[in-house]
Amino acid sequence: MRGARSAKWVASAIVVAFAATACGSDGDDSGGDASGGDSAGIVRVDGGEPQNPLIPSDTTEQYGALVMDNVFSKLLDFDDEGEIYMVAAESVEPNEDASVWTVKLKEGWTFHDGTDVTAQHYVNAWNWAAHIDNNQSTSFWFADIAGYADVHPEEGEEPTAEEMSGLSVVDDLTFEIELTNPVSYFDYKLGYTPFTPLPDSFYDDPEAFSQAPIGQGPYAFEEWNHNESIKLRTYEDYAGENKPVNGGVDIIAYTGLDAAYQDLLSDNLDVIRQVDPKDLPVYETDLGDRAVTQPYNGIQTIVPVKYGDWGDVDPKVLQGLSMAIDRETITSTVLNGSRTPADSFAPPGVLGYQEGASGDITTYDPERARELVEEGGGVPNNEVVVQFNADGGHQEWVDAVCNNLIANLDIECRSDVKPDFDTDLEARDANEVEGFYRGGWLADYPLNVNFMSELYHSRASTNYGRFDNEEVDQLFDEGNQAASLEETVAAYQEAEQVLWETMPAIPLWFQNINAGYSNNVENVSFDTSGQPLLTEITVK
Amino acid sequence: MPEAEATNVNKAVRATGAPESDVAVTEGGQPAEMAASGPVPGKPRSLWSDAWHDLRRKPSFLISAGIILVLLVMAAWPGLFTSVSPRSGDLTTSYLQKPELTHFFQPEWLGYNQQGQSIYARMIYGTRASIVIGVSVTALVLVLGSIVGMLAGYFGGWLDALLSRITDTFMGIPFMLGAMVVLVSFDTRTTWTVTMALAFLGWTTIARVMRGSVIAIKQSDYVMAARSLGAGTGRILLRHVLPNAAAPVIVVAMIALGGYITAEAVLSFLGIGLSDPAISWGGDINRAQDQIRVAPHVLLYPSILLSITILSFLMLGDAVRDALDPKLR
Amino acid sequence: MGRYVVRRLLQMIPVFIGATFIIFMMMYALPGDPIRALWGERAPDEAQMAAMKADLGLDQPILKQYWDYLTGLVQGDFGTQIASRREVIDVITDALPATVRLTLLAFLFTACIGIAMGLAAGLRAGGKTDRVILFITLLLTSVPVFVIGYLYQTYFGVRWGWVSPNVQDSENWGQLLLPAIVLASLSLAYVARLTRTSVAENRRSDYMRTARAKGLSPSRAVRVHLLRNSMIPVITFLGVDLGNLFAGAIVTEGIFNIHGIGRAVYTALNSREGATVVGIVSFIILIYLVVTLIVDLLYAVLDPRIRYA
Repeated sequence: MRGARSAKWVASAIVVAFAATACGSDGDDSGGDASGGDSAGIVRVDGGEPQNPLIPSDTTEQYGALVMDNVFSKLLDFDDEGEIYMVAAESVEPNEDASVWTVKLKEGWTFHDGTDVTAQHYVNAWNWAAHIDNNQSTSFWFADIAGYADVHPEEGEEPTAEEMSGLSVVDDLTFEIELTNPVSYFDYKLGYTPFTPLPDSFYDDPEAFSQAPIGQGPYAFEEWNHNESIKLRTYEDYAGENKPVNGGVDIIAYTGLDAAYQDLLSDNLDVIRQVDPKDLPVYETDLGDRAVTQPYNGIQTIVPVKYGDWGDVDPKVLQGLSMAIDRETITSTVLNGSRTPADSFAPPGVLGYQEGASGDITTYDPERARELVEEGGGVPNNEVVVQFNADGGHQEWVDAVCNNLIANLDIECRSDVKPDFDTDLEARDANEVEGFYRGGWLADYPLNVNFMSELYHSRASTNYGRFDNEEVDQLFDEGNQAASLEETVAAYQEAEQVLWETMPAIPLWFQNINAGYSNNVENVSFDTSGQPLLTEITVK
Repeated sequence: MPEAEATNVNKAVRATGAPESDVAVTEGGQPAEMAASGPVPGKPRSLWSDAWHDLRRKPSFLISAGIILVLLVMAAWPGLFTSVSPRSGDLTTSYLQKPELTHFFQPEWLGYNQQGQSIYARMIYGTRASIVIGVSVTALVLVLGSIVGMLAGYFGGWLDALLSRITDTFMGIPFMLGAMVVLVSFDTRTTWTVTMALAFLGWTTIARVMRGSVIAIKQSDYVMAARSLGAGTGRILLRHVLPNAAAPVIVVAMIALGGYITAEAVLSFLGIGLSDPAISWGGDINRAQDQIRVAPHVLLYPSILLSITILSFLMLGDAVRDALDPKLR
Repeated sequence: MGRYVVRRLLQMIPVFIGATFIIFMMMYALPGDPIRALWGERAPDEAQMAAMKADLGLDQPILKQYWDYLTGLVQGDFGTQIASRREVIDVITDALPATVRLTLLAFLFTACIGIAMGLAAGLRAGGKTDRVILFITLLLTSVPVFVIGYLYQTYFGVRWGWVSPNVQDSENWGQLLLPAIVLASLSLAYVARLTRTSVAENRRSDYMRTARAKGLSPSRAVRVHLLRNSMIPVITFLGVDLGNLFAGAIVTEGIFNIHGIGRAVYTALNSREGATVVGIVSFIILIYLVVTLIVDLLYAVLDPRIRYA
């Protein structure tokens, strides 16, 4: 009886459901299929729920960055070769020894709430972000600026100032940044997300702002449906040169890349920023010329730690390991072309990249590899252990690398899997890595410096391998103190040659973007940090 | 005041599929076709030999027991079934090659995975993890659950109240979620960590069923008689209560065994089951997801074997339950 | 009855506190620090880290943290997420509707198709239909949910294009159809078996014989007497099952891109968002406790032989 009644229920529920599907698909098309070259058309991009509040100085991951980089315009940005071009700034000039930088802003810029952007807005925002009490996770980016230690003291001390003494406003559109030490490439750092201005209304209620940010970028924030979508609309009074040619962007949250890809195939999504590993083997056939494959500034390495058995291993052994890895085959089979074999410590899209810097150390040559390992005195304990995090999709290539080492060098090789990235980092912080850890580095700014000094300088905090080489340190220091960018880059290039002799890490491959777009849009391209250039996308 | 025991027992291990619900099925009794295969009248036998008599002539029992036997041999001596190592892989033997379905029991029989490892060999070597975890979780749960249930049921009073609340507490924790939280805290998860995690949260059903049976048996004549004859509590529990309360508990445990195998697979599938270098079906299925578009067989074959295994244990449990169910007599 | 309910409610309190305590402790014992993770690959800023911990109360001793959490919970405060600084209650209420919809749909499948299959089998117990249905239910219980999920998605969704392979809009019942079937398949098998047994048993009961003897048509006898009596164990199972479906959606939601409770708790677990995990688990425990109580009461209503003092 009861059962019979609910059977009717379910029948009607199914009818309703199918009806709903029909309606749904009719409605969905309105966004994309509007008339050709539609300047009001909306671009739907794949994304996810930003993990941090939407404040520029609190954004450290890609989903948040995709929003921040479009709601805010940076002072300057980089082209595909790592060269700087101005965006919100008219000019950014160093003094003679690069210890004081003068930023001139372009005229006529406004925030999305209509107020003018002035130099004061920049200075205030940076002071706020650097202050320890405001708990911003990117506060260390301001550490070069004089007076940082007063607002952001060591642990256990109280801040003694509210503002950094190094920032001073010259006039409405000009401000000066005084550094504690000269940095010849400081302008490169200014291309990072936290170096943006905040409107006056921000300080009234930062929490409310983080749910509905107001910037000065090409798109104004419209709506955030948590876990569903973030809607950005073209800011009509945008003063920059990269004014959007579309009406806005909907960033759709997906739980998995595969779901996004399925939607792209059915034109329910316009731009996908990364194809799921599942779809990598087929996406070029599926999408044809709508598939995008291009390099971006990231590198994958495996890093030996110097505090254990690998402490005084001859670099020749590491060179041997490097030559025993068949990068070509692994990148083309296991990684399905999502990586390009590395031949340098810095990827091709950064200023200072040297093609073939590795000599033959990254060339697959099992015989030479065996010789080098023997000359170097053999692999400690005849065993290589690689630590990585299970939640990042690294298992397959680590296995493949291990299989190479086992087959070519007659050694043991196993992985030490940490359940997630947090745990992996904890072991690195605590010097508890068994042999090697998986090192991954994405460019903060496209300069070879970023790929070396922060990873291999003996005093660099991110040097989890605890690599310590005097010659390398010296060359790095020389580069940092150089008065011009050219000299800095050259010093680092020289240092890179030493790195190949000392092997602080074994570079494996550079990252590629495997992206695609739907039939609804055109002119889709990506920058070297892997984000789509949304303002240039035209909606058909 | 009957606490509607049956419904609580039904709290199935949802995501894992341990079908405790079947306990409730027994409460309803069994239909005619099964009663027909009852004991030969006129010859008094124990519950257990009756059951054995029944089982011997049930095809579902014979088939499932046969498969399980093969699986056990596979788990114990995988080398008998394949000569290649499940770990040695050659990237040039691509997973895109179609499996050679006529090359029975050869390394290339079911094709290769992304690492160029033989899928067939990995399936054989993966058996051990599933079987060992299934069996040892069941054993642990039986011991732990029985002790708690027996103490609670036999002594009653405040001990019963305390143990029952503890049982409720653990029952309230969602099984899969709880197991996930426990397992995430281990860096390397071996067969034993997974076993402990599943047993840690899985014993409650057995405890409940045991408690129910013991309460019923406690009132029975033979227990009364033993007590009046001056038998010690330990002796009564072991000699009189346990043997008579064992049947329903064993049935629940046997059926749950399949569920624990599923649980291990689901956890490995989520990436928090057995960790490298252990070979397990769930882990291999997890990794085969990435090839599902171009080479679905990488995912399909281990899934089939996994399902057959679970199916066999469920059928075995079903058959044993039918045979042991006293309501049929 | 009233006294029984009060006693049951009182019993729930220690159970609830115990279960949340266990989960809270387990989360605390996990390696990996969510605040440290804010810096990613980069070495963390120790001073900033300490300041953030103090801000969130994470520098307190664990028991104090639990006490603060519990007292907050009583006042309806589920805490704050570490990375996003969102209120956990917002996270839960955001994720809830999708899971509720999915669960309801799955529940409908379970109930209707399960009971229909069980009836078909039970009325012809021992026959061919019965055997086939029994085997199908065994099959459904033995194929793990993620395998069913992927097979359905790949074939029905991707290859044949019958339905949308992913849920883009969780308010669209049509898109929820496939995941709901996947989620329901296991309970469906239980319900079918339960119904079958119950029907088969009652079919040869005295009251059925009486009903037939007094001249009721077979179909009317089945409708009026058999169904009503056979449904008692099924309905109680369904009640508890509703809560279970709710908790069991982790895998299904992941495969089909549903932003629901299961997904939220899985991400929270992986990013060590203790408050979120404990909050969601507490929520599920609460649902479980309430549903069991209701089911036990319902049991008494349906079966006049049971009375609660």
